[in-house]
Amino acid sequence: MNDDPLPVHQLDVLIVDDEAGMRAGAERSLEGFSVPLPEFSETVTFAVRSAATGEEALAQLKAKTPDILLLDYKLPDMTGIDVLAASSSGDFLTIMITAFASLEVAVTATKRGAFDFLAKPFTPEELRATISKAARSIYLHRKARRLEEEKRQVRFEFISVLAHELKSPLAAVEGYMHLMKERMKGPELEAYDSMIERSVTRIGGMRKLVMDLLDLTRLESGKKKRALEPVDLVKAAGLAAEAVASLAEAKKVAVEVKVPAGLAMTADPGEVDMILSNLLTNAVKYNKPGGRATLELERAGGSVAIRCTDTGIGMTEEELAKLFGEFVRMKNEHTRNIDGSGLGLSILKKVVKLYGGEVKVRSKYGEGTTFELTLKDAPVPATVEAAR
Amino acid sequence: MNDKTKIKILVVEDDPDMMEQMKVYLESESYEVVAASTQKEAEPIIRPGAFSAAVLDLMMENPDSGFVLSHKIKKMDPKIPVVIVTSVTKETGFYFDKAHDPKAWIKADAIIHKELRFEQLKAELRRLLGAGGGHE
Repeated sequence: MNDDPLPVHQLDVLIVDDEAGMRAGAERSLEGFSVPLPEFSETVTFAVRSAATGEEALAQLKAKTPDILLLDYKLPDMTGIDVLAASSSGDFLTIMITAFASLEVAVTATKRGAFDFLAKPFTPEELRATISKAARSIYLHRKARRLEEEKRQVRFEFISVLAHELKSPLAAVEGYMHLMKERMKGPELEAYDSMIERSVTRIGGMRKLVMDLLDLTRLESGKKKRALEPVDLVKAAGLAAEAVASLAEAKKVAVEVKVPAGLAMTADPGEVDMILSNLLTNAVKYNKPGGRATLELERAGGSVAIRCTDTGIGMTEEELAKLFGEFVRMKNEHTRNIDGSGLGLSILKKVVKLYGGEVKVRSKYGEGTTFELTLKDAPVPATVEAAR
Repeated sequence: MNDKTKIKILVVEDDPDMMEQMKVYLESESYEVVAASTQKEAEPIIRPGAFSAAVLDLMMENPDSGFVLSHKIKKMDPKIPVVIVTSVTKETGFYFDKAHDPKAWIKADAIIHKELRFEQLKAELRRLLGAGGGHE
């Protein structure tokens, strides 16, 4: 199989049999035969070559690797198993043709990578059915390989962005350390206060990035342990507001929480906190001095609707479109001094998905942003149900 | 040293930590730093006599901010040395090497690749502002 598997319309079939009648018959059976593969949006046809001896087969295999090898077990100069053993490239699908389908031959051939067997004599229909099955299998393998390749690519990109995100705070802290080591600002410790403060901030940012990353990988691998229980949303929202209080004060942003008394849902308390804190933190961080951040929760049938509105800097259409990407941080004159890992919304989206919800965003540049999401109650574990 | 005799260097850099560190180093070398953190902020500073050399980050609010500023500075006064600091080469595998003679089109006198070594920057500025530079 070649490296670039799409799009292939014609599969190369090599028939190895010492009986000329067999070779001609098989060629005739496959001539004009086509297999529609709608799931791959392709129809496959077959180009047929043939060889009469083991030596000839090996020469042909060496010259060009076929997609499918139809191989007779009993050849004049060697067995089909010998052909398989001697061919260096195993990257084709082998169908063994054998007159005496002994178990021993079958086992050995399978060990050598044979995909299927055809017992002699076989009808053209039998040959076509076997070939169709082989073609489908080839396509499935290629698709799996392509998916694997894509996955590898995504992983690679993620890691290189991550490395970059860690590199810049490291470089900053390293630079400050050098300045301090060289006593560039004289012997007084106070002269270095701002450098120390910046170093602490940048290290804090790195720490947050690493913690977010751990959250994200736990969510993605499904390995995060979830503890589902009735969660008091009034309390949860209050805690989230408390957590952003100092940041809000520093940014002179008023935080308001509106939750009807007694509102509760079945959820993992840690996940609820992640959602509410994430929304409020963003609403405060990307706000304007004197602005307002409002978090509202209400029951909507079997779900809880959450809305978080800010009177902040807002986003342009273009910025909105790339908002949920990993490590995406809006870079403009308003956000220059705002720290963040760039993973917050990726995490939010993944957690919300656990509750069958999705995150909707509306934003107006210069006026503010509204995040809306609904969370369905998590399936109630029996013990919790019983406790109610 | 008296401020009037200090050589002024325009530093345009959007990373606040990088800016701070560059400032400390250059001031320790008795240069006076004229700071700007964006291309937009730097543009009105480009006036005759405002500075004797410039150190520019390449990628700021625009991916080519450094080039644009360099071009404007050289248009105003081709004798003012310009050093562009960039990490582009490392991250994109995109090289401004001698074979392509960057000065011909970028119009910068030196290009320093991040991670910037301050010793290197100091040496470049000394070379460019040194004996032959004689600007101001």
